[in-house]
Amino acid sequence: MEYRPELTTQQILCCSCGTTIPPNPTNMCINCIRNQVDITEGIPKHATICFCRNCDRYLQPPMLWVACQLESRELLALCLKKLKGLNKVRLVDAGFIWTEPHSKRIKLKLTIQKEVFTSTILQQIFEVEFVVSHQQCDDCAKVMAQNTWKAMVQVRQKVDHKRTFLYLEQLIIKHSAHKDTINIKECKDGLDFYYASRSHALKMVEFLSAITPLKSKASEQLISTDIHSGTSNYKFSYSVELVPICKDDLICLPPKIAKALGNISPLVICYRIGNSIHVMDVNSLAVSEVSTTAYWRTPFQALASVKQLVEYYVLDVEPCGPVRGKYVLADIQIARSQDVGRNNTTYFARSHLGGILNPGDSVLGYDIASSNFNNDSFDLLHRGSLPDVILIKKAYPAHRKRNKGRNWELRKLQMEEEEMAPRKQDQERIEQDYEMFLRDLEEDPELRSTVNLYKADKVKKQDDMAMVEETDSDFDEDEGFPEIQLDELLDNLKLDDGPDNEFDDDEENDDMMMD
Amino acid sequence: MAVRAQFENNNEIGVFAMLTNSYCLVANGGSENFYSIFETELKDIIPIVHTSIAGTRILGRLCVGNRHGLLVPSTTTDQELAHLRNSLPGSIRIQRVEERLSALGNVIVCNDYVALIHPDLDRETEEIVADVLQVEVFRQTVADQVLVGAFLKMTNQGALVHPRTSVRDMEELSSLMQVPLVAGTINRGSDVIGAGLLVNDWCAFAGWDSTATELSVVENIFKLQDHHAPSAVVQDFRSTLVESYV
Repeated sequence: MEYRPELTTQQILCCSCGTTIPPNPTNMCINCIRNQVDITEGIPKHATICFCRNCDRYLQPPMLWVACQLESRELLALCLKKLKGLNKVRLVDAGFIWTEPHSKRIKLKLTIQKEVFTSTILQQIFEVEFVVSHQQCDDCAKVMAQNTWKAMVQVRQKVDHKRTFLYLEQLIIKHSAHKDTINIKECKDGLDFYYASRSHALKMVEFLSAITPLKSKASEQLISTDIHSGTSNYKFSYSVELVPICKDDLICLPPKIAKALGNISPLVICYRIGNSIHVMDVNSLAVSEVSTTAYWRTPFQALASVKQLVEYYVLDVEPCGPVRGKYVLADIQIARSQDVGRNNTTYFARSHLGGILNPGDSVLGYDIASSNFNNDSFDLLHRGSLPDVILIKKAYPAHRKRNKGRNWELRKLQMEEEEMAPRKQDQERIEQDYEMFLRDLEEDPELRSTVNLYKADKVKKQDDMAMVEETDSDFDEDEGFPEIQLDELLDNLKLDDGPDNEFDDDEENDDMMMD
Repeated sequence: MAVRAQFENNNEIGVFAMLTNSYCLVANGGSENFYSIFETELKDIIPIVHTSIAGTRILGRLCVGNRHGLLVPSTTTDQELAHLRNSLPGSIRIQRVEERLSALGNVIVCNDYVALIHPDLDRETEEIVADVLQVEVFRQTVADQVLVGAFLKMTNQGALVHPRTSVRDMEELSSLMQVPLVAGTINRGSDVIGAGLLVNDWCAFAGWDSTATELSVVENIFKLQDHHAPSAVVQDFRSTLVESYV
């Protein structure tokens, strides 16, 4: 006998089509409800989204441009935001239907729920088609109109070498001060930094003024103005002029300034550039500071700079007694390195380098006796009382000869160069400047501590080691060269653009221990 | 034959009218259209009476009756009672009922033999129902609803009940009333059958929204198809006769 299950629930006829259904609040079958009410009503089935072809980004109204992959979660969110009526229904599921990437169509499959009658919730699946229309984003429009930057910082130093800017470059890399720049351009006597907003440019000026004495001037150019809304569009330029005095320069202070600085001797050397110019009288180890404002009230030029340094050979060192920090005052007998073996001309120089010089060392200094300076303040000085030579820093010619390669390197900023390619002799000069800067870094741990040094590539380093081993037998005596320790160097991560802050701290600690 | 009707744009015609096998009560309306629908169907067969009960037009919910009698609530005025007595045939007993649940149409449903009443109705009321309407009375619920008059409609031919009535309840009701039962809706899915439908043994009036399906259910269960009429029988024969001759 056939088994007939007993019906426990009543079946009724759907009130509009007559099919047998279990009773529900509407007493209507699902199909009839669907026919009668469309819960997708009010939700657009077609929409347009804007896409910038140049930067592959989608417009998220009103202003934001978002980069997202096809069929990505971000694109889905962006598309759903475009559909106005979705807040009136409950979105259960949403997904992409595959479309040809070049079809400029994006199809979404949405599942929504909505209460149609009292306590009757209907669920429906439907498709929405988006047309991808092309629209150029503001950023790309700016690039196309060559109207990319809003603010510019022009940094200039009117000296005949690039060392300051090479150092500045390293400082900028270390502090990531360049992260907002759109473009960096190299030009005569300096660098131009371009920014998309004025505040970034101001930040850069602040940064520069914190590390070096400078004079800055702001100017603006009106690009366009809207008289209806009262808004104007400006370009801002900040002209930053750095003090044209570098470390190790010889300065002849104007009498007024010399008097103001505690009656210091006018002929001084600049031993440090910080926020102000630090000068020292090598005859007495008297030090003083010329503040930025004081400098720009009465600007003066360097009497001689690093280019004019002459190498001397130390014959004798006789300490005089006074000591200031690492500087020890000493009378030093020297002879020009060129003259050694040719004549017996020797000079006596009183110098602050008594602590590090030993007979037999090489030292760099300015030859005052035989130089002809063209400087008003210098002309006021009594020629007879001037020293013949002023020593500046120790030189390491033997070390240079021995060690050609370096096991470290510096990072460089991506810079746009001048339109005109430098001439051949200029190219040489630039390379020479860079080499001088690298030597400065090697010889000065204090300077080194302010920049990031990176390990050079492995291959290159091995070559260097081989070379060192070859030549080691010839020179076993060291000149006391301040070698760069391996732990000072940072790993050169090519992937990473900016320097790592946690390494910075470590490095500073190391330097402090060294000092 | 089931007919669609509307009272002043309202589909709940069972509220504004009452229909039994021997008389029809219609509320005083703004429009005579409603009245004329009944007149078309029932004229010269049973009396159609314009009236109000307790000054209101919702007489379908307030009173209950069958071939034998009519029960009106205690709120009915003397004037209305007199009017009803004058209009209805003398064979119909009219009785005022002192009952707390005064919407008698909602709490009592009956045909000419059986009545189902609200379980909380007074004992005296129950006796009056049995006496005046000459029916057997059962206290009953329909689909867990106590308002049997609102969710159930019955005639001597059959009954239409609330769509959520369980199979067991239906079997029980069917055995009580001795008529076939079906669950259904009226007015496009509305389960308030008493308010949407007026029916007696030979004609039915449903709310304007009722669908063809609903009307066909009504016609089937209350046996209102035309082939019961003599003319329909002739029609049936004619088709077979024509077929055999041709």
